[in-house]
Amino acid sequence: MRMIVSNASSAASAARGAVSGRGFTRVMGGMAVVLAFVASACFAQALKPGTERTATERTIRMATTTSTENSGLLGWLLPAFEQKYGYTVRVVSVGTGAALKIGANGDADLVLVHARAAEEQFVASGFGIDRRDVMFNDFVIVGPKTDPAGIRTAGSAAASLKSIVAMQQRFVSRGDDSGTHQMELALWRVAGGLSKWPGYLAAGRGMGEVLTMADELRGYTLTDRGTFSSMRSKLDLVVLVEGDRSLSNPYGIIAVNPVRHPHVNAQGARALMDWMTSPEGQRRIASFQIDGQSLFFPSATGPR
Amino acid sequence: MDLLEPTRDALYRLASLDPALWQIVAVSMRVSLIALALVTPLAVVTGFALAMYRFPGRRLLIVLLQSLLAFPTVVIGLLLYLLLSRRGPLGAWQLLFTQEAMIVGQVIIAFPIISAFTLAAVQAADPRLHETARLLGATELRAALSVLREVRFALIAAVTSGFGRVVSEVGCALMVGGNIAGLTRNIPTAIALETSKGAFTEGIALGIVLMVLALAVNVVLALTQGGGRGTPSIDAAWYRG
Repeated sequence: MRMIVSNASSAASAARGAVSGRGFTRVMGGMAVVLAFVASACFAQALKPGTERTATERTIRMATTTSTENSGLLGWLLPAFEQKYGYTVRVVSVGTGAALKIGANGDADLVLVHARAAEEQFVASGFGIDRRDVMFNDFVIVGPKTDPAGIRTAGSAAASLKSIVAMQQRFVSRGDDSGTHQMELALWRVAGGLSKWPGYLAAGRGMGEVLTMADELRGYTLTDRGTFSSMRSKLDLVVLVEGDRSLSNPYGIIAVNPVRHPHVNAQGARALMDWMTSPEGQRRIASFQIDGQSLFFPSATGPR
Repeated sequence: MDLLEPTRDALYRLASLDPALWQIVAVSMRVSLIALALVTPLAVVTGFALAMYRFPGRRLLIVLLQSLLAFPTVVIGLLLYLLLSRRGPLGAWQLLFTQEAMIVGQVIIAFPIISAFTLAAVQAADPRLHETARLLGATELRAALSVLREVRFALIAAVTSGFGRVVSEVGCALMVGGNIAGLTRNIPTAIALETSKGAFTEGIALGIVLMVLALAVNVVLALTQGGGRGTPSIDAAWYRG
């Protein structure tokens, strides 16, 4: 490692020869000014947390899936909540697997995810409490307009997957342990198991990236309707399979267990969960539309 | 969070020659080595020409080259993405999300590093060498080669630095490669993915491979240097390290 450092220093000393003496001094002077500016900005930033500490109880950290953030739902929901209750909600949007991991490590106050089995496991292991249904949306299978695998008429989601394999078409998988990935794997189990063929591309990326990738490669993919609708104008992909009951996607909201992680903002988490499942929050979820189409459907059974 | 346990698991995973893990390493090595093989001659010639010859616009080119050193790899990735996209000007080549696209990206990233290092090395070399060679009747090519021979250790250092940058680069590889398992998933993009999945064991295992690779390259470099003599400034820096 030190060698790399000495490489760099030798390059720097050699580069000194490249610029003439006085010019070099001027360049270094300029650099020093820039560095001083950046350093002071960083310093001011570093001081901030001290003043913010008193406001910690007003900050709620929520780990959630990319679908709620990418579709624009949270941008529609949270300001209403923040305004009414004076909280600030900080959102980390990752795959469901990672969101639950963040919650389990106590790095979030609550999680909003969609993978029922994993959610129940999360609560059973003592990481979360008070799991509630919030809403559901549905998944669709999208692909090129020409539909080379002919899945439009396949009938069910599982049958269309089989048909994509039979026709050796490209299928881009999230491959990142997200809720969407787990849904895909569940569909493969219904379709009689996933035997990988060369067209099966495990991307290991978010929904937006995978949709772009499927579009670029003229392949198929499984997506939540929300993310797809929000990106439809940029894609040549079309919805080919929808409405199958196996494609329904329920979201749950879970508070991180304050017994296990005493530092979490349990009160804030509770307030946000109560609001999301309240008639007002549920109405707001239902009224979120893109291109005149509702994307999420309220399903809370809690305090109405 | 425990750091020791995932590290122990990671070492075990590496020792058990997990094929999925080693395939990622193979993608990294293949892409970066091909990129280096392609870019090195071009970059060395550029650096050499900028150091040795006077022509209009030379200073501008040097400033441009040196600012390229700080060019963010994600921006290179973005520009390349737009070029290679199906809707982009080079879309017909169908290169997006292939290893070839990653190689092109790494060529662009490594070019300024290797040429700037070559430029610096040649400028630090004794100018009398080139003059003497020419006076003794050497052709321009022979004279140039003898200068490059004189600064060969600095050149190796240049290539090593280029390798270090491209093999650890994640932004461009992720954007134009797409992190497809078994195809364009290399060590840095895999680490980013595993961390986002919360699978720290795999992340650490790959991190170890990356560090061992860097170490190995530098050890080989130190060995080839042996008792050789580079330019004085380079040697002094070496021995300080």
